[in-house]
Amino acid sequence: MSAFWSAWVSVITLAVILGCTWLLFATRKSEKHKETTEETLGHEFDGIEEYDNPLPKWWFQMFLGTVIFGLGYLALYPGLGNFQGLLGWSSHGQWEEEMAHAEEQYRPVFQKYAALSIEQLQSEEDGLKMGQRMFSNNCAVCHGSAGTGAYGFPNLTDNDWLYGGEPQTLITTIANGRNGGMPAWGQVLGEDGVRDVTSYVLSLSGAADSLDGDAVARGQSQFQALCAACHGADGKGTQALGAPNLTDNTWLYGGSFEQVAHSIRNGRAGVMPAHKDLLSDEKIHLIAAYVYSLSQK
Amino acid sequence: MSTATEHPTYNYKVVRQFAIMAVIWGIVGMGVGVLIAAQLVWPALNFDLPWLSYGRIRPLHTNAVIFAFGGCALFATSYYVVQRTCQTRLFSDALASFTFWGWQLVILSAAITLPLGITSAKEYAELEWPIDILITLVWVAYAVVFLGTVKLRKTSHIYVGNWFYMAFIITVAVLHIVNSMEMPVTLWKSYSLYPGTVDAMVQWWYGHNAVGFFLTAGFLGMMYYFVPKQAERPIYSYRLSIVHFWALIATYMWAGGHHLHYSALPDWTQSVGMVMSLVLLAPSWGGMINGMMTLSGAWHKLRTDPILRFLVVSLSFYGMSTFEGPMMSIKTVNALSHNTDWTVGHVHAGALGWVAMISIGAIYHMIPRLFGKAQMYSTALINTHFWLATIGTVLYICSMWVNGILQGLMWRAVNQDGTLTYSFVEALEASHPGYFVRWLGGAFFLTGMLLMAYNVWQTVRAGSSVKAAEPSAQTA
Repeated sequence: MSAFWSAWVSVITLAVILGCTWLLFATRKSEKHKETTEETLGHEFDGIEEYDNPLPKWWFQMFLGTVIFGLGYLALYPGLGNFQGLLGWSSHGQWEEEMAHAEEQYRPVFQKYAALSIEQLQSEEDGLKMGQRMFSNNCAVCHGSAGTGAYGFPNLTDNDWLYGGEPQTLITTIANGRNGGMPAWGQVLGEDGVRDVTSYVLSLSGAADSLDGDAVARGQSQFQALCAACHGADGKGTQALGAPNLTDNTWLYGGSFEQVAHSIRNGRAGVMPAHKDLLSDEKIHLIAAYVYSLSQK
Repeated sequence: MSTATEHPTYNYKVVRQFAIMAVIWGIVGMGVGVLIAAQLVWPALNFDLPWLSYGRIRPLHTNAVIFAFGGCALFATSYYVVQRTCQTRLFSDALASFTFWGWQLVILSAAITLPLGITSAKEYAELEWPIDILITLVWVAYAVVFLGTVKLRKTSHIYVGNWFYMAFIITVAVLHIVNSMEMPVTLWKSYSLYPGTVDAMVQWWYGHNAVGFFLTAGFLGMMYYFVPKQAERPIYSYRLSIVHFWALIATYMWAGGHHLHYSALPDWTQSVGMVMSLVLLAPSWGGMINGMMTLSGAWHKLRTDPILRFLVVSLSFYGMSTFEGPMMSIKTVNALSHNTDWTVGHVHAGALGWVAMISIGAIYHMIPRLFGKAQMYSTALINTHFWLATIGTVLYICSMWVNGILQGLMWRAVNQDGTLTYSFVEALEASHPGYFVRWLGGAFFLTGMLLMAYNVWQTVRAGSSVKAAEPSAQTA
């Protein structure tokens, strides 16, 4: 804030507080009665008269007390424009201090577990519990409190992985996030093409009986031209790209004909946010251990 | 002292209209409040209908109780008080009539647009820009009528009640216009002119002054007339009223920053908001003292006069919530209370205990006088209403204190490894009993309002055969 606005803020803040204080003292000084009086001011409004009793002493002192506290606070803390206050306090500084304190207090607990591998952590009950609590507060919103996922959010308990379920891959996924992009093929394929490819995709997971054999055949050649690059010629997916296995009857966006057709026609964009700026490495390590444990049962 | 129940030169028609509508909108607004309280206990009560969902009808509740119920009570009493204390008729009957019909149109528009999801998304200022313009027109007409009437007064001084009403009218005009500056994109959608944090600060400058000037200064104007009138005692201290009036309006202006503690608002703005909120304690209590001490020498009347009881208990709740407010504005307290039900309880200590109770007392005082009756149809019903309202308010406030502190403590609890002990939904589950008690308190309060409507209806329709009450309860 510029020097002008800083001065402006200080002057009007103090003017209001000191103005009220002046009014308080001036009104008290001009009191005609020092004790409770029965004498009214003489005018009446619709039958209402007014006494001119003195300001109650306790009230006067309370008023003064709040003014003194207020001025003291403005001397110690930021309030008067750019003046930072004698204590040099700031909310950002308080936050940093509390974070540093927490880091110091809790770090040893986490370091103990950071030294163990994710496989070793599977037998550390307390460590997994810590991972579970952090999962509840950071991951459960999308993946569910039991980790079983929801429409558009992967199930973490079924040992079926988009990007791989090895310990190191889990850490990478949590730390850096993932951006799953499936392009929209509606324009390229046309509506008939979309339905053909859908038929073929569904046939991969064993639903061939209920499908039109010709459509499956037409879809197969389209699939090999457009989809196999990511999902593989056999449709088993590519974990390096996060392209799902289409042969296992596990569906992120639903496995009905219309749902699969919708995915092909309009594409999909799945985002797992990166957590490396939100959580320390040790915390991510424990969350990964907990997530790993979910699919090891 | 005049004993006439109908003064030939006063415009009582507009007062009658606003007084009756205050009762009706009170029932509507509190009814919606009870419904949303019930939705928090039994979520199925939104019936999966978008226009009955909590997010849409919660603003309907707040707008209806503040601006429809509270607004009509303020219009009614201010028009009544300004005529009687200035000994003159309203400045313009036509403009007064415009304020009545215009304000009802504002309320009706709110009742239609809010359930449809049409909102500017600013709390207590949700109405979209065409309605904002209508509010401005009505409010300017109100200011002209009120200030014009004060100007025409036949008394040498301006009565203290009218100072508060004037401060309320002028400031609310400024607040509404500044906070509602918005850019229309379609007929029913606009965006605020202010960016980010500035918008938040303008919003809470408005929001807290809506409390300070609409719900405090206006109702203090009411208090300064109806308490001495009903108690038949002079005001305790003229001198105290001067100090607390000026100090109140000067410091309230600054207090809004306390709604944004520990946010992106600069530290200095938060500090100033907190300091001014603390300095506000004594000026707020000045009004309570002046009202309470006016009763000295008349305390015995509380035994027989439930109307006076409404007025005095409203002052107790006023004193309590204006103590609670400054305490909650202290940053360390706010760190616990912010975003919890404690805030909701605090608001309702003021809204039910102070605003509604004093309005109810004032309306019970006015109705017989406005309709030329000796007294209300049933004093026993007023008494029952009083107990329903008091018990309802206490149930409401206590359940929200318990819930608020419970939530604040659960949210901040951490395990030995620094992780949060409770997930959000666990705190919500723990709040369930409190939500039930809150709903019950609201239902008590609403039942009282229904008794009031019946009592008012019977008073208005009764013939002139109603026998005169004891003088203390009815002399004008």
